[in-house]
Amino acid sequence: MRTINAIFKREFFGYFRSPVAYVFLIVFLIASVGLTWFVGQFFSANDASLNRFFIFMPWVFLFLIPAVGMRLWAEEKRSGTWELLLTLPVTTIEAVLGKFLAGWTFITLAILLTLTMPITVGYLGNPDWGPILSGYLGTILMAGAFLSICSLTSALTKNQVISFVLSVIICLILVFLGWSVFNNLLTSINIPVWLIDALSNFSFITHFDPMTKGLITIADLIFYLSLIIFSLLLNVLALERSF
Amino acid sequence: MIEAENLVKNFGSICAVDNISFQVKKGDILGFLGPNGAGKSTTMKMLTGFLPPTSGTARIGNNDIQKEPLAAKRLFGYLPENGPLYQEMTVLEILNFIAEMRDAYTTNKKNEVIEHVVETCKLRDVRNQSIETLSKGFRQRVSFAQAILHDPPCLIMDEPTDGLDPNQKKQVRNLIASMAEEKSIILSTHILEEVESICNRVIIIDKGKILIDEKPEEMRQRHPHYNAVEIKLGNTKLAEIKEEIQSIPEVKEIQINGDDILIIPKGGKDIINIIFDVTLKNNWSLANIEKAPVLMDEIFGDLTQN
Repeated sequence: MRTINAIFKREFFGYFRSPVAYVFLIVFLIASVGLTWFVGQFFSANDASLNRFFIFMPWVFLFLIPAVGMRLWAEEKRSGTWELLLTLPVTTIEAVLGKFLAGWTFITLAILLTLTMPITVGYLGNPDWGPILSGYLGTILMAGAFLSICSLTSALTKNQVISFVLSVIICLILVFLGWSVFNNLLTSINIPVWLIDALSNFSFITHFDPMTKGLITIADLIFYLSLIIFSLLLNVLALERSF
Repeated sequence: MIEAENLVKNFGSICAVDNISFQVKKGDILGFLGPNGAGKSTTMKMLTGFLPPTSGTARIGNNDIQKEPLAAKRLFGYLPENGPLYQEMTVLEILNFIAEMRDAYTTNKKNEVIEHVVETCKLRDVRNQSIETLSKGFRQRVSFAQAILHDPPCLIMDEPTDGLDPNQKKQVRNLIASMAEEKSIILSTHILEEVESICNRVIIIDKGKILIDEKPEEMRQRHPHYNAVEIKLGNTKLAEIKEEIQSIPEVKEIQINGDDILIIPKGGKDIINIIFDVTLKNNWSLANIEKAPVLMDEIFGDLTQN
């Protein structure tokens, strides 16, 4: 625990030692709120909910979370500091967890900064707070799942660009599988429905949508948590076997 | 105690370290020498548990680094090659991080320990500067500081004086020497002068194999000119002199180069007194007498170039 805590602190405050953190926060807020207002037609929809906010989240995360996650291990490998880190009395699992939790907390902080949206909705109308709360829970869980994949790809290379591209590709697949437009496309080329259903079960969107509508199921929670655990275990293996 | 037992490391078909065994006991300062690419750093990485060996075991204080990594890692300080550090952190932040990782120091104890290494490694003036703004010498000293922070019984250092200027090199060497009694120290280097000045044991490896493992003095005896005597005489009767010296039973060979006469003893015996007596007895006007320099570089070259 002590070592996880030390690594967590180093990594979390590390974001703020460089301009990366501030650039990320600003871009994330502009993208998420901007898409809701201008593309999602937030005002003219005249709907006191955050559906139009949450619907863009997987797409915003698709590019921004790899930007946060790409440096987690790739930077350590490039600069050689992982030799320093992993020869300290710490297990690889603790090191992976400490770094992952720091990244996740940072992204959660960014997500919480969008609380101006529910405040706006609450001021203008009379929203149902349940779906908003569960939507935020879903957003944070989904962010964790995205980040765990980025942490894994970051451990595979010492090049941050490769890490970024790899994680965008994997996340893109996991988003696409559940995207209605993509599913309709699959249906139109006569892919059997059971197969499409099975595939979409692996998607972030499939397990995120119910939460934005106020439905929290054990299955969705398990999906995100197991995806995080699975990626992080692969991450540990990648670090221990990369010689 | 640091122990390597039949360590082997293969990278694909390349054998980087080939069955290396040695022990570093308390009080030892082991100089780990070898040309670039000989397997020095790979061996150190295996000792510290960063690289898993293909076969063999590394132990720190009887803890197998692969089987009981945490117990083993608590017992050593490690200075990796080139002293990698988190660039954006300040010196104090890094030392704080290492102290927190190292053990459950109370805040008071932690500050005391950090204060102590800052003082020992002369980092006071730069303690609030970030690593990226520091010169190579300071960075190396910060790396050194993080390695000795918890006063470990074992120290493993990969080229600790790399990048330092001559004064700093001397300081670091003195520092290492001053800690020697209480610790087992292994340091890799390609500076032979360093080995002569602080190490009490030398291992030379080449192509992954140990060539020699002995005391620096024993290594010096490998030099063909070990204990050879150089004299300079005012006389010109060189032929006579040569004959006279040759008749001394301890002398193996004489080389004459202008005025300088180099006398090589049999079996590396110390013959400087004998030669001195002979010159006195024969009334040769002796201008200079000294032991021929024994350069470790030459021994190193002979061992590693064949």
